[in-house]
Amino acid sequence: MEGAFILEKLILVVIVFTISLVIAMYSTLAERKIAGFMQDRHGPNRAGFGGILQPLCDGGKFFFKEEIIPAGAHKPLFVLGPTLAIITACISSAVIPWGQTLTIGGREVVLQVADINVGVLYIFGVVALGVYGIMLGGWASNNKFSLMGAVRAASQSISYEIPMGLSIIALLMVTGTLSMGEIVAQQSGFVNWNIWAQPIGFLIFMVCAFAECNRVPFDLPECETELIGGYHTEYSSMKLGLYMFSEYINMFVSSALMAALYFGGYNFPFMYELGLSENWITIIGVLVFFLKIFGFIFFFMWVRWTLPRFRYDQLMGLGWKILIPLAIANIVLTAAVIIVKDTYF
Amino acid sequence: MSLFYLVAFIAIFFALMTIFTKNPVHSVLYLVVTFFTLSVHYILLNAQFLAVVNFIVYMGAIMVLFLFVLMLLNLNEDTEPMKSNLVKIMGVIAGMCLFATLLGAFRVIEPSNELVTGNTEIGLVKHLGNVLFNEFLLPFEISAILLLIAMIGAVLLAKKEVKEIKKA
Amino acid sequence: MNFWERMYLPAIAKGLGITIRHFFKKIPTVKYPEEQRPYSKNFRGLHSLKRDEEGRERCTACGLCALSCPAEAITMIAAERTKEEMHLYREEKYAAVYEINMLRCIFCGLCEEACPKEAIYLDGPHVTADYLRKDFIYGKDKLVEPVFDITKLNPEKTN
Repeated sequence: MEGAFILEKLILVVIVFTISLVIAMYSTLAERKIAGFMQDRHGPNRAGFGGILQPLCDGGKFFFKEEIIPAGAHKPLFVLGPTLAIITACISSAVIPWGQTLTIGGREVVLQVADINVGVLYIFGVVALGVYGIMLGGWASNNKFSLMGAVRAASQSISYEIPMGLSIIALLMVTGTLSMGEIVAQQSGFVNWNIWAQPIGFLIFMVCAFAECNRVPFDLPECETELIGGYHTEYSSMKLGLYMFSEYINMFVSSALMAALYFGGYNFPFMYELGLSENWITIIGVLVFFLKIFGFIFFFMWVRWTLPRFRYDQLMGLGWKILIPLAIANIVLTAAVIIVKDTYF
Repeated sequence: MSLFYLVAFIAIFFALMTIFTKNPVHSVLYLVVTFFTLSVHYILLNAQFLAVVNFIVYMGAIMVLFLFVLMLLNLNEDTEPMKSNLVKIMGVIAGMCLFATLLGAFRVIEPSNELVTGNTEIGLVKHLGNVLFNEFLLPFEISAILLLIAMIGAVLLAKKEVKEIKKA
Repeated sequence: MNFWERMYLPAIAKGLGITIRHFFKKIPTVKYPEEQRPYSKNFRGLHSLKRDEEGRERCTACGLCALSCPAEAITMIAAERTKEEMHLYREEKYAAVYEINMLRCIFCGLCEEACPKEAIYLDGPHVTADYLRKDFIYGKDKLVEPVFDITKLNPEKTN
């Protein structure tokens, strides 16, 4: 390990963190703006031009609100809950390949923090860890409604991890590798995108991503209108802000995942035919990747303002009785196609 | 090597905390940390797949379910049942037996003097898969069937018995 | 429902189509303080006490407006005009204090109709919100219209 290598990775980590935090921040504004447009309104437009300073105002408000820790709460765990939530949300972006290599002064810089060879599983593990933040927060509040909310959130999260994992398995059978870097590199051009090979898998993955991010139509952990607020009932000030924030970071990361796993990541059509230099291809690739991510974030919000919420038994029914069998059927189908392809073509 | 000792110390420390803490929820959380340190150990051994699977299965699934049940049960220090002396003595004897077995097992192992490096990539997914699906195919499939049976058993246990409506 | 309908995906796609159509629709909301909707000609807003062509207050404090007011929102104290105040008030008697309680006022316009001197008109903007009840009692400082000075309005054209 040379010093330059560590420095390079450090810079990359800082950039990735900053970008994901800023995007999460502005997702809140985007969400409200999109909600407004879809309901024939303007959305927030008072702070700055077109409401551009709104997230800063919201953040400031969160910091200055009164911090309340309930008397009966378990204090260390009460603080640990939102901390874990935001940490797990942040570290999952470590294995996402943001772009190809960039040559700066004869030095090749890989635009990925860590290309570990079990990258997909790593993300899966971190997502599984995210449940702890919710469960601890709910339990430590010493409030039965928080606890029920936490249990509801955790069981939803665990249930939807299974079809998510199964849909990824079908994808891995196609790609033959667990490394995120290689999975994206395989999808160069337009025809090689995994969405063409795994449409059902993508659908399952997307539905599960919605559920894992607690987004509508699966936002039962906190449904504001009919339940008190779920696991973060007792939270106020920036602790509540951290929970909200982690949700938006999760949305960003799962959008990045969907773009990377199924929609070719930084690959774009005719990337080598246009006769651009390596660095330009990389830079355009990164931009294209972010364009895809923003597309998915938009889709998340679009769905939120379209679909109503599931009832809890419907949610569980969808997860266990439809998605899991469908995902297993998808695995079998994929395996059959691969065998036929390998033997006859 | 110093990294190993650090992680090992943390692992043992939290394992002990798991046992000695009175609050069951704390106990589970310490166990989670212990599993995390075990995952770090696997990574140090270059067994990335095992590390991540340990991470997902133990930390992400099993311990969450443990926590789930404990939180719903609302166990406190005062609700802890009093254990009779007989149970305590039995526990000590059982622990001693386990300890004796472990000691015996360690005595049999001959520490090799040479550092066996072998194939450093043995822990990676590809090699693991090759070994599992060639050499150990039968045990692998049998354990899969075992899991399936357990799953069916769980479903059967959880399912309510449909009461037959007697004809009036 | 048949299988295709039970998948719900076509229904979801249809719903998404509706929302995205609204996304690109023209927004009917009016951003109020910056833009204002055109008011109707007979809109009744904040009262204004008028001046005549010489800039003198028209009100003679007869009290007919206060009498006609169904909400009893208007109070006034009359005073007699002195020699030096000839340029300020048109009539010999004028209102020294003229107060309208905007929390009571229902903007019915009866004061306007009752006024024999054409001194009060409900031609102003909306009455804005405030923090204290006492701030809703508008005195002459807020009600009397400013002196209309034609020379200041458009200096180039009048020269």
